[in-house]
Amino acid sequence: MSITANIAAERGRALPGGNAPAAAEPVLRAQGLSKQYGPVTVLSDVTLDILPGEIHAIIGENGAGKSTLMRLLSGYAEPTRGTLSMAGRPVTFAKPDQAQEAGIALVHQEILLAEALTVTDNLFLGRELSRRHVMDDRAMRGLAAEKLAQIGCPVSPTALVRDISLADRQLVQIARALLDDYKVVIFDEPTAVLTGAEVDRLLEIVLQLRAHGTAVLYISHRLDEVRQLADKVTVLRDGRMVGTYPGTALTQMDMARLMVGRELAALYPQKSTPSSEPMLSVKNATVPGYAEDVSFTLHKGEILGFAGMIGAGRTELFEGLVGLRPAHAEIELRGRPVRIHSQREAIDAGIGYLTEDRKSKGLLLDERLAPNLTLSALERFHPTLVLGRSREAAALAEAVRSYDIRLKTLGVKAGQLSGGNQQKLLLAKVLLTNPSVVIIDEPTRGIDIANKAQIYAFIHAIVGSGKACIVISSEMQELIGICNRILVMREGRLTGELQGAEMTESNVALLATSGPKPRPMAKGGTEWLS
Amino acid sequence: MAVITGSPSTHRAGDLNITWTDVGPFLALAALLVAGFLINPDFLSATNLANVITRSAFIAIIAVGATFVISSGGLDLSVGSMAAFVTGITIMFMNAVAPHAGLWAIPAGMLVAILVGLLCGLANGLIVTIGRIEPFIATLGTMGIFRALITYLTDGGTIPIDRSLREAYRPVYFGTVGGIPIPILISVAVAAIASFVLYKMKYGRKCAAVGANEDVARYSGISIIKTRTIAYIVQGVCVAIAAICYVPRLGAATPTTGQLWELQVITAVVIGGTALRGGKGHVWGTVAGAVILELIANLMVLSDFVSEYLVAAVQGVIIIIAMLIQRFSNSK
Repeated sequence: MSITANIAAERGRALPGGNAPAAAEPVLRAQGLSKQYGPVTVLSDVTLDILPGEIHAIIGENGAGKSTLMRLLSGYAEPTRGTLSMAGRPVTFAKPDQAQEAGIALVHQEILLAEALTVTDNLFLGRELSRRHVMDDRAMRGLAAEKLAQIGCPVSPTALVRDISLADRQLVQIARALLDDYKVVIFDEPTAVLTGAEVDRLLEIVLQLRAHGTAVLYISHRLDEVRQLADKVTVLRDGRMVGTYPGTALTQMDMARLMVGRELAALYPQKSTPSSEPMLSVKNATVPGYAEDVSFTLHKGEILGFAGMIGAGRTELFEGLVGLRPAHAEIELRGRPVRIHSQREAIDAGIGYLTEDRKSKGLLLDERLAPNLTLSALERFHPTLVLGRSREAAALAEAVRSYDIRLKTLGVKAGQLSGGNQQKLLLAKVLLTNPSVVIIDEPTRGIDIANKAQIYAFIHAIVGSGKACIVISSEMQELIGICNRILVMREGRLTGELQGAEMTESNVALLATSGPKPRPMAKGGTEWLS
Repeated sequence: MAVITGSPSTHRAGDLNITWTDVGPFLALAALLVAGFLINPDFLSATNLANVITRSAFIAIIAVGATFVISSGGLDLSVGSMAAFVTGITIMFMNAVAPHAGLWAIPAGMLVAILVGLLCGLANGLIVTIGRIEPFIATLGTMGIFRALITYLTDGGTIPIDRSLREAYRPVYFGTVGGIPIPILISVAVAAIASFVLYKMKYGRKCAAVGANEDVARYSGISIIKTRTIAYIVQGVCVAIAAICYVPRLGAATPTTGQLWELQVITAVVIGGTALRGGKGHVWGTVAGAVILELIANLMVLSDFVSEYLVAAVQGVIIIIAMLIQRFSNSK
């Protein structure tokens, strides 16, 4: 592709085949790595040198082969062709334990912890310390406390994993990879569930590892992090290597262009001006334990953003407002008061909610697309007791066309779609109920950049058609890029409103982390009161 | 995008609606018939087959109800006890009104049976949904309750149906229409209605959604309480229909009526291809499963290879094999 050549020429510093100035011997070297599943090649001819004390980022769109590469490097799959060598000696990993044994640890993207066990139990799962065949609990607890302190994770080693926050679970998972002196630590999208200060803490841990001489392989969708951290960046596209570049040589836009392989149109659509007509007004919304006394007004044609850290209560607030959790609020829709006690009543009133968790709460992954599409609109869509199959098929064809859902056949199951296409299907599903207010929680989580741009365009089109939209997101750039206004929440309360030029990352972060200290909540449990 | 642009030829199966889970039970049924014929040619005689299938009708009818419950993500262990309880109440009611109402006692008794079954199912459903108790525990509890109640009502003995009604009621089990035994016709009718409800009606869609993923159903505005409770009510009504067919066969209610039926019912559903964890229900597969169970029992009686005392053991082996096949076909 000419883009590649262009950027390489511009920078004049592309590193063919990943040959760094040979300062140190690579701790891990992959040569000509390929992987086929049946007739499908998912990764072909990848060559990498991983040096000690270096942060090497791998970027690429969903499906570019990043996960496959990680699986090959950490023993979860074996390459079809190509070789791995460590410190010059060829190695093969048939199982993850063998890779671990050789000094390669993988921090998974998903949280894979046993919730009913303690933090210590999880850290040592499968490699418990023992003395004379009896588990040495005290030694494990001591070591666990030490490692947790080292990465600034505030949980007690004896806490049950089910009682600690999502962010802390991620840190525990990272601590697992630090228990032994691994030579290579692979992070697969480590910041996907983290926000603000938690991300900073993670980046610090990564830098610590580098200082300690560990080689770090870092996979992320967040190009700003890559830009900040990486000594080297390897770009994958369609299962092939585009190239390896020095981290300082690429801007975020360069990275995006290399990933996509073409010029990107502007990511965010032009903002339009909302009308002054109120569409949804919420007064004194309280979701016990999560949000208190939240009031706001959403106008026709407006995209209103909700920012805040994970645990600020944004998702819970809106789940409360649409009847998925116990809540109290005075809600007016187009000036008329409505009472909502269940998701059904919310849908009937004209409020649609897209969950942040599309895989386990949004779609039936084992079902075909048509039943998924009409599930929220069964009553409206099939007015009699009997299903209207042809109407359903027509609706699906229409949704596939207008939301550009890419699929091989109309008979695929929802779980076989890529993340971006699943999100489009979910959007189509909610809009089939013809809502006047659409609440979208994390519209682009885990979605590649081309699909992101499309989702933004759809949101823009939704408000353009006389509806109004609320976007909850942990990506500040996204909120700033598409919203007319941003409300910031902290510990269950609104801490501020930003619009126009005030909408900057630093203002959002300030309000999200250190706004006026809110009063403790009435029914929040001990963590709020202490 | 890279994921989607691959060659479209590899996944044609998505269009073809048939999977091993769909045809498996019927292939197994066919294989069993062939094996049976080879072992003992009498096996395929019309009389023997009609007998066997008639006997499997109770389990088939109850198992069709269980397909609803299991598809919606529930489980009902109380069906055997419930069948005994409904049978007992029905016979007692018929006997009580027979001196005054004569033969009208029979249809009135049938209505009572349906009503009692419906209420038993409603009770199970409400305990599970409103009470938020695990279906396994909740129906284990009602299983004990129904069984104890019928034992108490019969005082540990049997309640025979009134002599004046016996002859008139007989044909419900022993009669034929167009040469086909009535219980077979009833079970086919029940299965036909059930498959229409599960596959062609909105309720079936909701039922499968609730069973496949409760959260997705809730977030889609589907009432889990309503959907699952209805499934238990359907189960109760199916038990009642089976009980109505069963009364003339024994002519009495006893405390041991319907013992271990829950095992056979769940086995039939699982052999039929419905996953125990919920999701899509396979009504006709369930019916095939019930027939398979009875055929195997019959085959063991007709042949001399295995003692008929081992029938339950063989059925136990079958449910385990069926689960293994499901596991195997899921992980491809």
